[in-house]
Amino acid sequence: MDSAISAEVVWLTIFILSVFVGVEVISKVSSTLHTPLMSGANAIHGVILVGAVLVTGSAESAAALVVGLIAVVLATVNMVGGFVVTDRMLQMFGGRRREQPADSAGGRSGSTKATRQ
Amino acid sequence: MIPTWVQLAYLLAAVCFIVALKGLSSPRTARRGNLIGAVGALLATVVVFWERDIDHVLPILVAIAVGSVAGVAGAQRVQMTQMPQLVALFNGVGGGAAALVALLELAELGEVASLGEVAEFDLAATAFTVLIGSLSFSGSLVTFAKLQELMTTRPVLFPGLPVAFGGSLLAAIALSVLLVVNPALWPGVVVAVLGLVVGVLLVLPVGGADVPIVISLLNAFTGLSVAAGGYVLGNTLLLVAGTLVGAAGTFLTRLMATAMGRSLANTLFGALKGGSTLGAGEASDRPVKSTAPEDVAILLGYAQRVLVVPGYGLAVAQAQHTLRELVDVLTERGVQVDYAIHPVAGRMPGHMNVLLAEAQVPYEQLKEMDEINGEFKEADVVLVVGANDVVNPAARTTPGAPIYGMPILNADEARQVVFMKRSMRPGFAGIENELLFEPQTTLLFGDAKQTMSKLLNAVKAL
Repeated sequence: MDSAISAEVVWLTIFILSVFVGVEVISKVSSTLHTPLMSGANAIHGVILVGAVLVTGSAESAAALVVGLIAVVLATVNMVGGFVVTDRMLQMFGGRRREQPADSAGGRSGSTKATRQ
Repeated sequence: MIPTWVQLAYLLAAVCFIVALKGLSSPRTARRGNLIGAVGALLATVVVFWERDIDHVLPILVAIAVGSVAGVAGAQRVQMTQMPQLVALFNGVGGGAAALVALLELAELGEVASLGEVAEFDLAATAFTVLIGSLSFSGSLVTFAKLQELMTTRPVLFPGLPVAFGGSLLAAIALSVLLVVNPALWPGVVVAVLGLVVGVLLVLPVGGADVPIVISLLNAFTGLSVAAGGYVLGNTLLLVAGTLVGAAGTFLTRLMATAMGRSLANTLFGALKGGSTLGAGEASDRPVKSTAPEDVAILLGYAQRVLVVPGYGLAVAQAQHTLRELVDVLTERGVQVDYAIHPVAGRMPGHMNVLLAEAQVPYEQLKEMDEINGEFKEADVVLVVGANDVVNPAARTTPGAPIYGMPILNADEARQVVFMKRSMRPGFAGIENELLFEPQTTLLFGDAKQTMSKLLNAVKAL
């Protein structure tokens, strides 16, 4: 396909549109959700894991492989840990709104806390 | 050429991220939103193995397993009180990963460059990823150390800090330009090191109370560096996801700064202008009125209207469950009790809501600042538990104070104020609280949990 649009402009278009979407989707957040939202956004940029896998997958020296694998570990921690901790925060928000299910959710968090102590 | 179905899967993952952010901004849909984001991330992680030929698949899978175990363990084990620093840590490692990815890509680009086929813009984006990624990494580690109190929470300043900061930043930019003109790995490594230095110097002068804003900012930075990394790798998903986080994170940073009555510039560079010199950081020896749990029990038990102002100290002592019991007993006695929640109570906006939700405090009793602030003057007793800065009148009266301009709870308008405190040490912002010395104020010293239990028993015995 030999289109008249240059690749750079396509990239720029995606970038600019993403900026607007990023601001628009969170513009009405209440202050109680600032922390979970930050944490969730934090987990999303863990998708750099995709990049880490790509560069590690084409590593040609041992050094590059090691550095790549470190990047994979770090990115996975960011992504997986980020989503799990966000869910833990939100679990507590969810528990108190519904009256009855609150017991089961509360019981669960209570027991994990007991083991943590 | 990337297979079309892989590109479409990336598009689907990007849509998941957008839906996730949208979901996360409303309480009803937040948990589902987070789950959708996780599904998108999982999809992308599976699909990438088909994007092009991937060698070393086994070691990569092992590394992913190691990272997953570490991430889940960290996220499950952490106390809710320590959650802000965990988010900072996760953000830091993400930034570090982005910087490493860009360095590896640079090593490859460097080889190709000898053939004269690399676009300058690719190299510029690579340099940007390295610089911002490493800045975010080291900056997040410093915020982690501050929140974990491994180091002082007060602004750290030394003569020449602005010069060192500016110098490192300029040097990093100069080397980035050199890197574009003459692609090689070594300027990239130096840019990474300078990025680490800039990150540390950026966060050191930030006072403890402002650290959450900086975490949010660094979060946005990591997003942008991921976006630039996506451009370099020719990966649209990274570009979209990184840009989303960068934009949303920047906007969120502004929202948080507004909630705390601060401008972003003031947050980052306020200390450099000498704004925080008021912070004593030490316990004061001015006289205060201290009291016993039994006296406070009488005060509370025979009041009509009580407002509780919970703070980080409550959560640290794990006293929120005992507090809820106390409030339940008081409510049974016919006392009208509500919690007054400052938007930045705890260590992050919304942190206190999470902590009290954990203790199963009914949602209706949690009153946000704007809703409750008019009621303080009708309150018989305000019980301040482990909070300090959010009721410090210096925010209204002392223009030089680091928290000046931050909206506060009007606890000073109540008839009686009881502070439950461990010691006379100032709050996270490191400044003395005049309210402690006012005539209507009494102090109940001790560990919040023990004192709260004594108070609870004393109220029950009334």
